[in-house]
Amino acid sequence: MATPTARQARRGFPIIRGYYWLMIGLLYLPIAILFVFSVNANTTLTFPLKGFTLGWYARVVSTPALLHAIGNSLIVAVASSLAATILGSMLAVVLSRFEFRGRGALTGLAMLPLIVPYVVLAVALLILFRAAGISLSLMTVSIAHVVVALPYTTLIVLARLIGFDRQLEDASMDLGASYLATIRLVILPIAAPAIVSAWLTAFTVSFDEFALALFLAGRDPTFPVYLYGQLRFAQTLPILIATAVLLMAATLGLLVIAETIRRR
Amino acid sequence: MLSPPSIALGVFLIAPVVLMATVSFRADLSGDLLAPFSPTLKQYQQAFAGEGYWRLLGISALTAFGVAAIATIAAYPVAYFLAFRAGRRAALYLILLLVPFWTSYLLRVMAWKLMLGSEGVVNSVLIAAGVIQAPLDALLYNRGAVIVTLIYVWIPFAALPILAGLGRIDVRLHEAAADLYAGPYDQFRRVTLPLSLPGVVAAFFMVFIPTVGEYVTPLLVGGTGGTMYGNIIQDFFTRAANWPIGAALSVIMLTATLALVIVGLRLVDPRRLLAR
Repeated sequence: MATPTARQARRGFPIIRGYYWLMIGLLYLPIAILFVFSVNANTTLTFPLKGFTLGWYARVVSTPALLHAIGNSLIVAVASSLAATILGSMLAVVLSRFEFRGRGALTGLAMLPLIVPYVVLAVALLILFRAAGISLSLMTVSIAHVVVALPYTTLIVLARLIGFDRQLEDASMDLGASYLATIRLVILPIAAPAIVSAWLTAFTVSFDEFALALFLAGRDPTFPVYLYGQLRFAQTLPILIATAVLLMAATLGLLVIAETIRRR
Repeated sequence: MLSPPSIALGVFLIAPVVLMATVSFRADLSGDLLAPFSPTLKQYQQAFAGEGYWRLLGISALTAFGVAAIATIAAYPVAYFLAFRAGRRAALYLILLLVPFWTSYLLRVMAWKLMLGSEGVVNSVLIAAGVIQAPLDALLYNRGAVIVTLIYVWIPFAALPILAGLGRIDVRLHEAAADLYAGPYDQFRRVTLPLSLPGVVAAFFMVFIPTVGEYVTPLLVGGTGGTMYGNIIQDFFTRAANWPIGAALSVIMLTATLALVIVGLRLVDPRRLLAR
């Protein structure tokens, strides 16, 4: 046949595969450079390289302030992701299963943190905490992280609940289960993979967050705030980069787990 | 089940924004934040009169526009490859694209400092190649560095909505176009591209909105020449400690962003992207 089939036509633009790999190369180049400096023996982050060392990784463990900041970030991430997941799951159930007045407004409100610039949210919360006489702490950072993680957790759980048949719940209620029992025995098991994935997403959003934390962390820094404070001291940079490489690996591990669970 | 999330959003999203708007009508920050005061438009007059603020808001919007446009265009072929050419390995290739996006934001920005700095990668390579004798200082701490870094940060993210848009295109439309003697170029221009536009617009706005309010990247690689609107807000709340004018500037920025989002939602209905 003279007409090209779709398959043949789709073989056109061979350049596109090359473009993809070029982009991947560009995206990984700066990260690769970070990695190189984390095993480079020189104290300053300049070329030429001086030789291989794992010393920076060893010094990560012997820098108490650094470990303390990572601990703080873990506390904030665990607390805020749990709260955001619980609140987001509640919202998702309500939004997917009930018709009520103000439903559209509530959806918009829950998505609003995606739109409000972080610097605006940060100063608004700063004013609130000052007005309420609450001093800045890991608690105030956690609250900000709950707000920004809420749209993500809500959307992830909502997507899962929308995809499922509501009649499962009707059946459960017909069989005499109370609504709370239905939530526990039907909705929660259905939503479980999405809830885990929402929690992991909220965790990583919080763990890496800097723009809000810089305003709201007070004197006890989270890891990104600590990192920012240390950036001007050249001699500690390789240690920080080594830490970041370790955290990068940990984050990746978490996200791969999240993705695997979500795809089930 | 309705009340806990509603209360949380009311107390930690609505109340702070309302309080911030209130502070923007104060003459100064003397006394208690909740104490009664006589409202004044002084801060807004100052914010509107100061030519520098408008200029910076314009520059921030332009920067965000440029970053969003370039990141979207650069991400399009990547999304196209993932949607139509990657085949069985598409999921793997997608993860490969997203890994940089999942690595520490601060560190990715700092990596660009290492790239562009006076003893950084670009300068070292150029000197070693004999193109230049002395390092170029002009690579870092200016608006160009901010733009390059932001584009870099956003490309993987911009590919996602485009990919969602491309994924919704019925492959049979390509076959139909081919049956009607459309060559690869016509197929793309008259079938694929128009159908993928909602995803493209979504990608643009998903980059544009957070970039307008950006203050961290300029702080790290922008120097004095790369300042954005978010930086003056940050300044008024930290170093300059003039909260009322900072609050007024925040209100202006929030209003501008919301207006842009409303325009964006008119252009593209996000529900169309989420639906299968």
